[in-house]
Amino acid sequence: MSQALFEYLLRLGDDRLVLGHRNAEWCGHGPILEEDIAISNLALDLTGEAQLFLELAGKVEGLGRDADQLAYWRDETQFRNLQLLELPKGDFAFTMVRQFLFSAWSHFLLEGLIQSKQEDLKGIAAKAQKENRYHLRHASEWVVRLGDGTEESHRRAQAALDQAWPWTGEFFLADDVDRVVAAEGLGVDPSGLRPPWEALVTDVIRRATLTVPSPPMRMVGGRKGRHTEYLGHMLAEMQVVARSHPGAKW
Amino acid sequence: MASETRAETVEDPIQMALFDARIDRGESIEPKDWMPAKYRKQLTRMMSQHAHSEVVGMLPEGNWISRAPSLRRKMSLIAKVQDEGGHGLYIYCGTETLGVDRAELMDQYLYGTAKYSSIFNYPTLSWADMGVIGWLVDGAAIVNQTMLAHASYGPYARAMVRICKEENFHKRQGYELCATLAKGTPAQKAMVQESLNRWWWPSLMMFGPPDKASPNSGDLLRWKVKQKGNDELRQRFVNLTVPQAEAIGLTLPDPDLKKNSETGDWEIGKIDWDEFNAVLAGNGPCNRERIEARRKAHEEGAWVRDAAAAFAAKRAPAAGHAA
Repeated sequence: MSQALFEYLLRLGDDRLVLGHRNAEWCGHGPILEEDIAISNLALDLTGEAQLFLELAGKVEGLGRDADQLAYWRDETQFRNLQLLELPKGDFAFTMVRQFLFSAWSHFLLEGLIQSKQEDLKGIAAKAQKENRYHLRHASEWVVRLGDGTEESHRRAQAALDQAWPWTGEFFLADDVDRVVAAEGLGVDPSGLRPPWEALVTDVIRRATLTVPSPPMRMVGGRKGRHTEYLGHMLAEMQVVARSHPGAKW
Repeated sequence: MASETRAETVEDPIQMALFDARIDRGESIEPKDWMPAKYRKQLTRMMSQHAHSEVVGMLPEGNWISRAPSLRRKMSLIAKVQDEGGHGLYIYCGTETLGVDRAELMDQYLYGTAKYSSIFNYPTLSWADMGVIGWLVDGAAIVNQTMLAHASYGPYARAMVRICKEENFHKRQGYELCATLAKGTPAQKAMVQESLNRWWWPSLMMFGPPDKASPNSGDLLRWKVKQKGNDELRQRFVNLTVPQAEAIGLTLPDPDLKKNSETGDWEIGKIDWDEFNAVLAGNGPCNRERIEARRKAHEEGAWVRDAAAAFAAKRAPAAGHAA
């Protein structure tokens, strides 16, 4: 049981750690100062949520690992995030479209998690839900603005959507970990989230005058530690200082 | 140059006398009040430089966000860089009260001659720089800005009050980071000492050239935009910082540093003003990279700003109908 919950919490933590890292790459490089500040906010929230989920994962695991040890001392094959989230930040359209697709999914996931029987998990989910509401609104507004802005922004938004979409199949893949935590009333089985997610994103995509893509889903495996080639580079950078000083306190 | 001279000569002497009297009484000048063109110009220059500095200042620290060695430090660093963006935004808004818009100001620094603080033309080469910058660079900024919080121009003074509060937090955080490294492993201690050695002199240069060589100080002091000279502020910073370094077991890279037992001041060795002038002239280690990074962000963001404007224009009448 605790092994499944540990795995499940790693997924929740790693998704947010990795997406937070990618968003933070915009810090100082945003298209306009207001948006620079807003993306940094997304990064901050996601990193904060990651810390809470990973800290809890360490507690559940019971081997004395804390959030930092889990974030900085695991290799890429031990990361459990969705592959979409590790892709490079791309242009502003890709960053916002990805955030939108993820936040929409997260919205329904967190709605389930605030009912969790695991009190700590429930508390973190409630905090994350508040933040996610803002993320979803912010990203949706940008998707609509870009889709229905200029010819160039429409083209870029559609390209971003076409690029991101095939990765979203992974949002809804369920395995034994999901089924066990769902059966225990601790977590959510993501396979049930597709219909509400599709309804939400389709509505925004339509308002953005964009087209819902229909490409086949990609082969994915983030939940099992199979990643794109991008993650290793990201982690090499993220972990370099921590790993150069084993045992050091920061 | 010609317009500057003309602007000075056409001021109404009565208005000018009233203005000087207000300054002498220590009154706050507000956006709609009459002010001499030169006052407006000097303030625009100083405030926009300050805003540009905040925004360029996001780059050296932003450089280490992806490598921050703990989640807590990563969040603090993102929040700090974000605060700097917020300060930039706030001061740009303050500058706009002088009748010049942000787009124009941005243009002047991205493609023109407007300056920003030279300190940001130095590279960040180790994690310890994230502590030392908070401690020294934010620390020096606070000494400057505490004085500016009493500036005669209301919007600037009020911006400084708010910004100083956040800078104080950054400084404490930076110093705490340095203290943590200083009592860490030998490698961590060496890292923070090396960083301090690199940043000490540039941070002293942040106060600008000696008063006798500072071209803009005269007017700014007379109109109480600045209230203290560069040398006095620099001395105050040195007096604050020397004991802080000692307290965490770090040394400052100045063999001539000594305490004057009469004045109580810590007297420093000779500042290399040739280096200062070289960085100011655009030949510092990162001048080109910093401005190119800002230009790139600005240019690559053009389509986003255009899209937002086009969308707002499309939706504005529709919203009116809907209501």
